[in-house]
Amino acid sequence: MKIWALAINTFREAIRDKVLYSLIFFAVLIIGLSVILDNLTIGEPTKIIKDFGLASIEIFGVLIAIFVGIGLVYKEMERKTIYNILSKPIHRYQFIIGKYLGLVLTLLVEVLTMSIALFLILYFYEGKIAFTLLPAIGMIFVALMIITAFALLFSSFSTPILSGLFTLSFFIIGHLTPDLLELVKKADSQTLRYVTEALYYIFPNLEYLNIKGQVVHHLPLEKGYLFFASLYGLLYILIILLLSMVIFQNRDIK
Amino acid sequence: MEHIIKTENLSKVFRAPFTFKKINALTDLRLEITPGEVFGFLGPNGAGKTTTFKLLLGLLKPSRGKIWLWREELKKIELKSKIGFLPENPYFYNYLKAKEYLHFCRHLFALNSQESKKRVDALLDLVGLPEHKNRLIKTFSKGMLQRLGLAQALINDPELLILDEPMSGLDPLGRKEIRDLILDLKNKGKTIIFSTHILSDVETVCDRVGILIKGNLRDCGPLEHLLNPKIKSFELCIKGLSIETVHNLEEQGLNLIKRGNEIFIRVEEKEEKNLLYYLLEKGGELVSFAPRKETLEDLYVNEIKSIDNHHENLGFGN
Repeated sequence: MKIWALAINTFREAIRDKVLYSLIFFAVLIIGLSVILDNLTIGEPTKIIKDFGLASIEIFGVLIAIFVGIGLVYKEMERKTIYNILSKPIHRYQFIIGKYLGLVLTLLVEVLTMSIALFLILYFYEGKIAFTLLPAIGMIFVALMIITAFALLFSSFSTPILSGLFTLSFFIIGHLTPDLLELVKKADSQTLRYVTEALYYIFPNLEYLNIKGQVVHHLPLEKGYLFFASLYGLLYILIILLLSMVIFQNRDIK
Repeated sequence: MEHIIKTENLSKVFRAPFTFKKINALTDLRLEITPGEVFGFLGPNGAGKTTTFKLLLGLLKPSRGKIWLWREELKKIELKSKIGFLPENPYFYNYLKAKEYLHFCRHLFALNSQESKKRVDALLDLVGLPEHKNRLIKTFSKGMLQRLGLAQALINDPELLILDEPMSGLDPLGRKEIRDLILDLKNKGKTIIFSTHILSDVETVCDRVGILIKGNLRDCGPLEHLLNPKIKSFELCIKGLSIETVHNLEEQGLNLIKRGNEIFIRVEEKEEKNLLYYLLEKGGELVSFAPRKETLEDLYVNEIKSIDNHHENLGFGN
């Protein structure tokens, strides 16, 4: 109940902020523009729209997660609104979870709005609802939840600019780690291999959650892939949130 | 004796960024607050008043010492259900309306009953904001924010109220209203601890006063015990004196204030008789003559002076 009140308040802050609307507006606009690109390409007509649409949902989701996420704790401290929360019977972990869920709810609305826009365009072209895209959208959402957890973690001890840079780095590295591991397999240095392997396990493997290509090109997924990928994502989120709570628990609210 | 708040050797040391120099914000505070009393925390800016409050609320962790609330160590989060807190210059979410904010606070206390819903409107009435309940907080003046701050501090009908500078930002009428509200809450049996640097507020509402300077509690007790009841000086007002007499008085080093044809003179005890005879002899006409006891202002200024002198003697001064 208390966590829910905090989450709804965070959600309310996001939806009363004009930045969110402009981001969603641009995202829907870009999905619309993909229609033009589609006319210029040969092959299956809706592939470009699907590719573009899914990429837009992810990129704009990441932008929202970073823009809103980095200020989640920092802004409360900076504007001193946190005094009125933590002076009440609220555990610090409840505050962290509430803030996190509020932003996840915001992202859910963003992903749903954009998905509906994408489905409408595709329905116009194909005459049917593109349910096949749902697994990819689900995995994008899991990836966004991971990015949000990172933004919250950095926000609990760092300034927004640094938090933004850190979170963006984790998003980029998260997509590159499997490639790094492949490259380093050919290296001679044992140490370099160990370091890269350690990094591979520390950073989130966002490529594991990226099934946009398979979905758009109708490639089959291994059995249980979605289940294990979701489990991986949720465990990762749990660890990052626990870390945020530990850091925040001992922090002085000056 | 039963205590609502008890602290022992409560200390807080901050580290300056980069240099890591120690800053003693609060040193060995021993404080005992009994149920139903109004305690005034007095001190200049940076004295450690807000730090004390934040320690009592668990917003800061003590560097040393212990805190008990209702005889329990400050670890149980449930203890905060019985506390109402008004921070200094309260900040709220600009995107919310006053009413929405109070409902949000209500949920943070897990108060979901119909009565608690009604309480939101009742509190907005109490603090004088009934017409502004559906206005966005970002359009509020400083005084209105202070009132909303008080309303949120009362949402859980607390036993203990911690108010950090509750009168700041208010006009004289607003100050009187808050003072009356504090007295009203005291009559309802609430315990109130508040900080201020407005001395008249303390004199009118507090049972006990604590003077905090540079992190040290210098004096603590009922006001009448802290102040010296003996007459320290006299203040007399006289008119009709010649210019020569006035010059003469100034040469003697007396403290004179001229206002129109009246002259105010403050004179130490034991010297008042001689001065009065002298002035009447010189043709002066007595307007008023009043004994002066030590005021809270005198005590406060003396405390600040003595700690500054102490620091200078230790070589901390410039």
